[in-house]
Amino acid sequence: MRSLWRTASPALLRDVGLVCLADAIVGVSFGAASVAGGLPWWVPVALSVLVFAGGSQIAAVGVVLAGGSPLAAVLAGAVLNTRLFPYGLAVADVVSDPESTGHAAGTANGRMSGVRGRREGQPAARWLRGLRRLAGTHLITDESVAFALRQPDPARRRSAFWACGVPLFVIWNVSVLLGVALGSAVRDTSAFGLDATFPAVMLALALPTLTSRSTRMAAGTGAVIAVALTPVLPAGLPLLAALGGLGTRWDGWRRLADRRGRSGRRSRCGPAGNGGAAADQRPADRNNQVNEVPAGGGR
Amino acid sequence: MPMTAIAALAVLTYGFRLTGPLLRGRVTVPAAAERLFAEAATVLLIALAATSALTAGHGLAGWARLAGVLVAGVLAARRAPFPVVVLAAAGVTALLRLAGIA
Repeated sequence: MRSLWRTASPALLRDVGLVCLADAIVGVSFGAASVAGGLPWWVPVALSVLVFAGGSQIAAVGVVLAGGSPLAAVLAGAVLNTRLFPYGLAVADVVSDPESTGHAAGTANGRMSGVRGRREGQPAARWLRGLRRLAGTHLITDESVAFALRQPDPARRRSAFWACGVPLFVIWNVSVLLGVALGSAVRDTSAFGLDATFPAVMLALALPTLTSRSTRMAAGTGAVIAVALTPVLPAGLPLLAALGGLGTRWDGWRRLADRRGRSGRRSRCGPAGNGGAAADQRPADRNNQVNEVPAGGGR
Repeated sequence: MPMTAIAALAVLTYGFRLTGPLLRGRVTVPAAAERLFAEAATVLLIALAATSALTAGHGLAGWARLAGVLVAGVLAARRAPFPVVVLAAAGVTALLRLAGIA
């Protein structure tokens, strides 16, 4: 762990600090608003430790506080977290081991880990590595992935991932606890406007992603559907009905079907057993695919 | 929210996180599918923002909350830092309530 802090640059640590501060404020308001809404203290706390994904925690609690069923809450939270799957692919080479930062520099990463695996065969070392990988997987968040992918090489990607993920986990959970204490201590929380923080966080998370016309169209339609259905449907269902807004993206659906038809051919040309290199190329490759797919529509 | 629901969300979430590293190097997610995931998340976030800003239970929420969220939305659209957005939402709503607007 100590080598991790040495490799992380001061600029990176400063940026991580700012992100932690922002998340701490969200955490406090999440804890306080959950308790103020009438949930027992352990609900936001357990969600923060076990789920550790702010947006989905807020969504799940929001659904429950609006009177929705636990099932609707779980579904809403789970849909928001599907993005963690492509994140996991993008940082697969990074989550495993924070201490290999020194060796891995300049070496093809996939090969490196193979060699290491054979050398350190002792059960204790393997256990430790397994535990680290499990912990690293839990630390995959918007923030840690963003910091990791901004780095130019595997060693710095790994150190940035852990240097963001570990403090974020600690600070997020401490701030939620703090919020729970605050929310229980203050009698009239509505006077502090805490109920406005949930929708504000959702907006702040979603607005930067409204980059394409099709996304704006789908989101706008979904919002209208959800608000219109709220008076008539049981709570939670209008939110899921909002996914009907995705029906406006005809192009996207056609592209998806088209892509699926060609995927068999494509997977065979993928580089086999070269995880590190594949991760390096993926962002560029992905852009090519996005650009290429509309052109390939007629094929 | 029962513990089973929390556990279910935790298991699903960890599953999404774990699948990527497990499949490492063996699959690539079709770009179109990835965009579908991303758009589904955006649609949910915006719908949740809209319903939780506008409604409480089956009825309309008060003006104070809506105003706070709108101010926060404008700030977020202008790329204000996250803490500013969150504090503005709570601050505007609290001030309006102090002034007697529900």
